Amino acid sequence: MSHPDAHVRNRDLPPIPGPLPVEIRERIFSLIPRYPSKQAVTLPALHLVQDKLRCVPRWAVEEISDILDLSPAEVHDTMSFYGFFRDESDRLGVRRLWVCRSLACALRGADGLLEKASELLGVPVGGTTSDGTLTLELAECLGACEGAPACMIDDEHVHDISDESRMRDLVQRLRNASTGPA
Amino acid sequence: MATYEPVLLRRIGRPECQGIEGYRADGGYKTLERVLKELTSEQVTNQVKDSGLRGRGGAGFPTGLKWTFLPKGHPGPIYLCVNCDESEPCTFNNRVLVEKDPHQVLEGIILASYAIRATTAYFYIRYEYGHGMRQMQKAIDEAYSAGLLGKNILGTSFSLDVFVHRGAAAYICGEETGLIESLEGKRAWPRIKPPFPAIEGAFRKPTIVNNPETLANVVHIMERGVDWFKSIGVPPDPKNPRDAGSYGPKLYCISGHVNKPGIVELPMGVTLRELVENHGGGVWKGRKAKGAIPGGNSMGIIPESEFDIPLDFNGPGTVKALGLGTAAVTIFDDQTSIVDVLHNLCRFFAHESCGQCTPCREGTGWMLKIVERIRRGQGRREDLDILEEVADRIGIMPGTTICGLADGAGWPVKTAIRKFRPEFESYLKSGPRQGVRLQMAQSH
Ligand SMILES: Cc1cc2nc3c(=O)[nH]c(=O)nc-3n(C[C@H](O)[C@H](O)[C@H](O)COP(=O)(O)O)c2cc1C
Ligand code: SF4
Ligand code: FES
Repeated sequence: MSHPDAHVRNRDLPPIPGPLPVEIRERIFSLIPRYPSKQAVTLPALHLVQDKLRCVPRWAVEEISDILDLSPAEVHDTMSFYGFFRDESDRLGVRRLWVCRSLACALRGADGLLEKASELLGVPVGGTTSDGTLTLELAECLGACEGAPACMIDDEHVHDISDESRMRDLVQRLRNASTGPA
Repeated sequence: MATYEPVLLRRIGRPECQGIEGYRADGGYKTLERVLKELTSEQVTNQVKDSGLRGRGGAGFPTGLKWTFLPKGHPGPIYLCVNCDESEPCTFNNRVLVEKDPHQVLEGIILASYAIRATTAYFYIRYEYGHGMRQMQKAIDEAYSAGLLGKNILGTSFSLDVFVHRGAAAYICGEETGLIESLEGKRAWPRIKPPFPAIEGAFRKPTIVNNPETLANVVHIMERGVDWFKSIGVPPDPKNPRDAGSYGPKLYCISGHVNKPGIVELPMGVTLRELVENHGGGVWKGRKAKGAIPGGNSMGIIPESEFDIPLDFNGPGTVKALGLGTAAVTIFDDQTSIVDVLHNLCRFFAHESCGQCTPCREGTGWMLKIVERIRRGQGRREDLDILEEVADRIGIMPGTTICGLADGAGWPVKTAIRKFRPEFESYLKSGPRQGVRLQMAQSH
C-alpha cells in the first residue's frame, strides 16, 4: 500500500471543470473488450484520467463509474487503496519526482536524500511546489538498485543520484523542463 | 569453474536486442513455430514438468506441476497472468529482461499460454517500470503484426491475446491473488487460499500466475530440451526430502556495498561468496562484508560467516534463512549498523502491509516502532524477545495471516536478532557507536 504520508495539501487551485475530454472517454471505452468484466478497466481508467488531469476529481470518479457500470464508491475504494492516485485538492505537479528509500539505495547514500530534495523544493514529502511544476514522493525500491541511489521521474528511472549536488542538478533540470502550472 | 555462457541474458546489450527483427535473426520464435506445429499442449506441459523448472518469482513452486492443477477438459476461458510486479526490494531481473529482450519473455508467454490453453494473457507490470512497459507493448504490437498473436497464430487453431496492465505502486500486487484482485479493478487484498488460482483465479476462472523469468526459461526448455536444462544447476539435496532440486540458469541481482552492482546469469547453486567476489567486484572501499540479505527483503539477513551457502532453492534454508526468494543479494559492509539495516527492512513492510489481517497490519507496525525505539537509543532489554516473538507469530506459516507478506516481514527480524544478537545487545547498552552510521544517516 502506498504513502500514508503523501497527502499534503498545499495549493489552493481553481477547480478542474468536467466532463472528461472525449478522447479520454473513448480510450476508456476502447479498453472494455480486453476484459471479461468492466470493473477491470478501473485502474487503466484512473491512470488515463490522472495522466491528463494530474488528479482524479470526484466528478471523474463518477464518470468512470458510469462508464463501467459501478458505484462511485467502488471506484473510489480502489482508487484510495493505491496512495498513487490523487484527488483534486491534492493534485500532482507537472512532473513527479520519486526518491527511493529502500535498502540498496539507503546503503549507497539515499538516506537523507529525500530530506535534501524536500529542502531544495521547499515542500514536504508528498507535496507539490507552489508553481505547480514538481511533486515530491518517497518510493520503496524502484527496481533500479544497480544504479543506487535511484530516483524516478514520472515513470522513468534516474540512476546514481548519489549526493546533494546531483539532486540539485536533477531538480534544476526538471524545473527548466516543466512549463508552468498544470 | 568453466565460464558459463548466458542463455537468458545472451542477447542483452546487442544493438538489436529489443525489436522483433533482431530477435528473429537470432533464431527467436522458431521454437514457438515448431512447438505449435508438432507438439500438443500436454506435451509442452510434460516437458516443462520433466525439466524440474521451479518458479523464479520467489516461492519456487514447480512450474509444470502448477500447470497440471488446472481442471482437466475445462471449457475455458483460462487465463495466464504474468507477474511483472517485481516489487521485492533489491530485485530487478524482470526489469532487465523486459526492457532489453521483451520478445524472449513474449515467446515464453505464448508457449505457456499454449500449454495451459489460455486464450488471454495479462501482463501485469508495476507502474515504476514505464520503460519496460513500453518495450513490452511494442513487442506485443510487433507480434500481432507478424501473426504471432491474435487469431490462428501461424496458421494453427491456437489464438491468443496479450494485454498489458499497469499497477499503481503497491508491493502487495505481486502476491498472486493480490495481483488478480488488482487486475479485476479492486483493492489488492490477497485472497484466502484454497481455492488456488489454478482452480479459481482471475474473473473466477482457472488462472496460472507466472513470473517473466520463469516464462523466459520455458522458451529454452522447449528449444534445448530437458537434459540440457537439468545439466545446469543442482539436483535435490539428499538431506532434505522436501527439496525438488534447483535446475537451470538463474538471474542474480547484486547490490549494496559492492564495487560492481548489477545482474549476472549463472547456474543455480553459485555460492553467495563467489557471487560477491567474482561477479560483484568484491566489497567496496576495501572493506569487509558484515552480512547480506540473500534474496530480497523477505528472506532474512545472514552474517558474512554464512556466505558459503549455495544460492539455490535449498541453500538459504540450511542456515535458517527463509529461502532463495528472488535471488537478489544485497551486501552491507562492516561499518554498517545492523540496527539501521533492520530498521530499513521493517519500515518497508510496515509501509506495504495491505492492512487486511490484523496480525500483519499491527505486527509490522509494532516491529517497526520497537526497532525505531532501539535505534534512537531508547531500547529495552526485553525488546529483542518481543521482536522475536512477534516475528514468529505473524505469517501464513504460523497460520495467522492470509498471505506471505507477513512471513517476509518476520524473517528479517528473527534472523537479525538470532544471528547478530551481540550487536543488538551492545547497542541496547551503549546506544549507537560513533562512526557506525557511515552510509545510513538517521531518518524518519
Ligand atoms: C508479498 C508477496 C509479494 C510477491 N511479489 C511477487 C512479485 O513481485 N513477482 C513475482 O513473480 N512473484 C511475487 N510473489 C510470488 C507470487 O505470489 C507467485 O508465487 C509467483 O508470481 C508465481 O510465479 P512463479 O511460479 O513463476 O514464480 C509475491 C509473493 C508475496 C507473498
Ligand atoms: S498478510 Fe499482510 S499483506 Fe498479506 S493479506 Fe494479510 S495484511 Fe495483507
Ligand atoms: S533499493 Fe532503491 S531502487 Fe532498489
